[in-house]
Order: sequence, then structure tokens, then C-alpha cells
Amino acid sequence: MQPLTNRAKKLEKKPMTLAERAYLPAIFQGLSITMRHFFMKKATVRYPEEVRPFSPIFRGLHVLKRDEQGRERCTACGLCAVACPAEAITMVAGERKKGEEGLYREEKYAISYEVNMLRCIFCGLCEEACPKAAVYLQADKMAPPRFERDEFIYGKDRLVEPVDPTKRSVRGIQLTPEQAAALSNKMAQQPA
Amino acid sequence: MIELPALGWQSIVIFVVFAVSLLIATYCTYAERVIAAFLQDRVGPDRAGPYGLAQPLADAVKMFTKEEFFPGGANKALFVFGPCLAMITALMSSAVIPFGNNISFGNNAFFLQGIEVNIGMLWVFGVVSLGVYGVMIGGWASNNKFSLLGAIRAASQNISYELAMGLSLIAVLMISGTLSLREITIQQSIPGEWAMWNIVRQPLGFIIFLVCAFAETNRTPFDLPECETELVGGYHTEYSSMKLGLYLFSEYVNIFVVSAVMSVLYFGGFNFPFQYELRDWLASSQGWELASAQNLITALGTVLLFGKIFAFIFFFMWIRWTLPRFRYDQLMRLGWTILIPLAVVNILITGGLITFGVIK
Repeated sequence: MQPLTNRAKKLEKKPMTLAERAYLPAIFQGLSITMRHFFMKKATVRYPEEVRPFSPIFRGLHVLKRDEQGRERCTACGLCAVACPAEAITMVAGERKKGEEGLYREEKYAISYEVNMLRCIFCGLCEEACPKAAVYLQADKMAPPRFERDEFIYGKDRLVEPVDPTKRSVRGIQLTPEQAAALSNKMAQQPA
Repeated sequence: MIELPALGWQSIVIFVVFAVSLLIATYCTYAERVIAAFLQDRVGPDRAGPYGLAQPLADAVKMFTKEEFFPGGANKALFVFGPCLAMITALMSSAVIPFGNNISFGNNAFFLQGIEVNIGMLWVFGVVSLGVYGVMIGGWASNNKFSLLGAIRAASQNISYELAMGLSLIAVLMISGTLSLREITIQQSIPGEWAMWNIVRQPLGFIIFLVCAFAETNRTPFDLPECETELVGGYHTEYSSMKLGLYLFSEYVNIFVVSAVMSVLYFGGFNFPFQYELRDWLASSQGWELASAQNLITALGTVLLFGKIFAFIFFFMWIRWTLPRFRYDQLMRLGWTILIPLAVVNILITGGLITFGVIK
């Protein structure tokens, strides 16, 4: 039969040589292999203390963005909910009242906006569907494990960006102040 | 100055040896897991305390608080007696091991050794062979076929390998002419002479002894008695809580004892190169008293003996995470048709070398 690859190795069943029967050379070979592994770099990541670096295009926890003046961008058009293949997003639309112009950018806004993180498959279609660039999936934050199922329904309190711009990250990602500082330092060092 | 009755110091030494062997066995469980992890590119337990050093404590708490289970139809008295016997025999054998040379202060002079008996090696052998009773009784009293099979395996394995072990030891005894472990140690380093450790005179005997030591302590590649792929847990299948803990613990105490015996028999025990030169140099040109110089040498020797023991314990674990388990017929063939004839050949060679005056 024609071999598919040239890598086939023909094995012959020969009687073992004296060195093979004495076990010891093979044992020393094995010991040297395991000793090599003893000094190798360990694969373990000590999670919570260490976090494995995320890919820059990782799709993690949702965030509802604000514009330059700190107003919520979302107008509750519902396109994200329609686009969502897992039907994880629900929202209730409301009309902006007089005096709330500093809070909401458009005349219509989302009174409530909920994402069920147990249903969400983090595909990013809501992000693509959004005409107002309001919803994004953050690259460095995941929905953490919780004890109760209802804790996985994220409302606006946990989704909307903080009002204070210094608490937001330059990449539109909610970072801790230290992380944000480190990131902006890094970006300042690298010319764009 | 403190005055103690004749065996007062010895009883203190015994107590310290007891505590130390328990401590070492405790941290062997930690070391085993960390070494296993490192050999497999992991880091091992690191949650309890700094570097996971409180892990043995956490394990002990777990063991003590688990349900105490008695299988139906088990012989309760023997079921409890089994792990006790395993632990007692494991701890007993360390009594005759010389952990250090003599120490003297004031009018007190004593050896860092539990009891000095002129049949030290026989004592270790006798007690170690008693250890198989712990396994056998536990396995039989469990009223479980897997336990019984494990126990029978343990018994036959220990008996077969004890023969080769004893034969390899005879060659050492032919050189030393004594069974006393302290005498054997002291003979490996004579002041003003190039006296060598027994490993140089008995390389083949050492290899046989090492292989048998693995079999005696039921360690991989000879851990057939607790072979979990075939026998669930072997002789401790039915054991839970601290009774299981005692079995696992006695295995580590056995490893410690057998490492100590190997260090004493083949690696010079508490001797280290140039110890007498160092003592004389301290006494003559540094103005030390001879007694305090000797005390320093003894302390250094004890530390080094423990270094040798730890090296052996590491070797035991290294082997465990390298080699797969033997098949039972391979185990028996290795014991009866390879190791015992090899040990006899070793005796013949040693006898020849002694007769022709090559070694003494």
C-alpha cells in the first residue's frame, strides 16, 4: 500500500538487548527528562493574583458608553436586542424630560437596560448593531462567577460607564485607576 | 550542671527523633505534592500559608474531621489495630539509627542515637518486616476483596524483596564485621586514613538495596499493594479519616527511615570528608577546646546526615513521578530471578575481594 506520508516508522519486534533488559539506562533517561521539567518554566497562572493576558480583541463584559460630555449615548432603539442571537438583552425606553439634557444625549433613552450574562454568548453582534456606538464588549473584563443566578442580570447600574472621565479608560474599557495610568503611560511611550 | 539518670539523655534523644520523624513525614506529604507539580510543570499547593507551607496542617484538619467509617462485617478491633501497627513499626525502627556522633558538655557525654545495640541492623530489619502485618491486618479486617488482594500483594512483595535486601546487606556486614549501625558508620571514616564510604566498596550492593527499599516502602514503581487502577485503593480501600491518614503517614515515615538507613550504610552516615582535619585545625590553631570542636563536628555531621536523607527522599519522589508501575509478574521476576542472584554474586565478589586483600 502506498503510504500517505513518509513519516511511517517500521517497527520490528526484536529481542531486547542487554542494556534494555537491565532497565537502568532507560530509567536514567527517564529521570533526566523529568529533571529537565523540574527546572522548566511553570505553566500555572496563579489566578486571582495573576491574570492571563487577554487578547486585544477579546470580547468580555458589556459597557454602556457616555459621550464627550458625559451623557449616555444609548437611545433605546432596540437594535442590539434584535441582533442578539441569544436574546440576552432587554430594555425599556423612556422620554427625556426637561432638565435632563446633561444626562442623556438623545430625546429617547433607556430607563432600564439589562443583559443576562448567563444567556449572553459574547458574540459582539450588539456592538456591531449599535448605531450610536453606545454598547461595547470590554477587552479586559469578564463577568465574574457569582453564587446566585439573578446576580448575572446586569442592569444599568453595572453597565454604564462612570460619570467621572478619569475613572474611565482611554480605550473605553473600565479599568482601575492604576491600570488606566499604566496603560496611558504605555501608549505615551509608543508613538502611534 | 544538669544531672540526668543513665538513660536520661537517650530518652530525650528518642523523643526528639520521634518528633523529627513525624515532622519530616508531615512535610513529606507537602514535598511530594510540590515535587510532583514541579516535575509536571505545575507549581503545586500554594494557597495555605506562604508557599503553601500550612498545607500539611490543612490536610491534618481534613483527615481528623472526616467521617469515621467502619465497613459492614469488618473485624472492628483488627480494623483499628492495622493502621496503629503500621505507624508503630514505622516509628520504632528509627530508634537505633545514629543521627550524630558524641556530644559532651560538663560531665555529660552522649551519642545522638536512641539506643546503641550491637544488633542495630537486625532490629531495623525485624521491625520493618513487622510492618507488613499492619498492611495485612488492615486489608484482611476490611472484609473487602480489593483490600485483601492488596494486602496479599503487599505481603508477598515485602517477603520477596526482603530476601534480596538482606543478601545485599550481608556483603556490607562482611566488610564491617558488625551489625551495630554506629560501628558501621564510624568505620567509614577513620582519622588519618583514606577510609571510603561503603558506596565505593559496594556499588552493586547499593543498587540492589535501593531497589529493594523502594519495594519495601511500597513506592512506585513497586506500589502494587495500593495500585489504584486495579485494586481501587489496595489495602486501605475501606479506610477513612485519620486511620487512612496513619497508613499514608507511616509510608512517609518508612521512607524517612529507609533513607536514613541507606545514608548510614552506604553514604557514611554522619561522616563528612576532612572532619578530623577540621576538628584538629580548630583545636590546635584556633584555640578551641577539643570537646567543643568535636561538638561542632557532630552538629555539622548531623546536619549533613539530614541533607543526605532529604536527598534520598527527593530521589524517592523523583522516581515516583518518572517511572510507571511494574506488572505483578514483572515485579516477582525482578525480585526472584534478578535481584537475589545478583545479590549472591555480589556476596561472592565481596568475599573474593576480601580474601585477596583488595578491600578490607
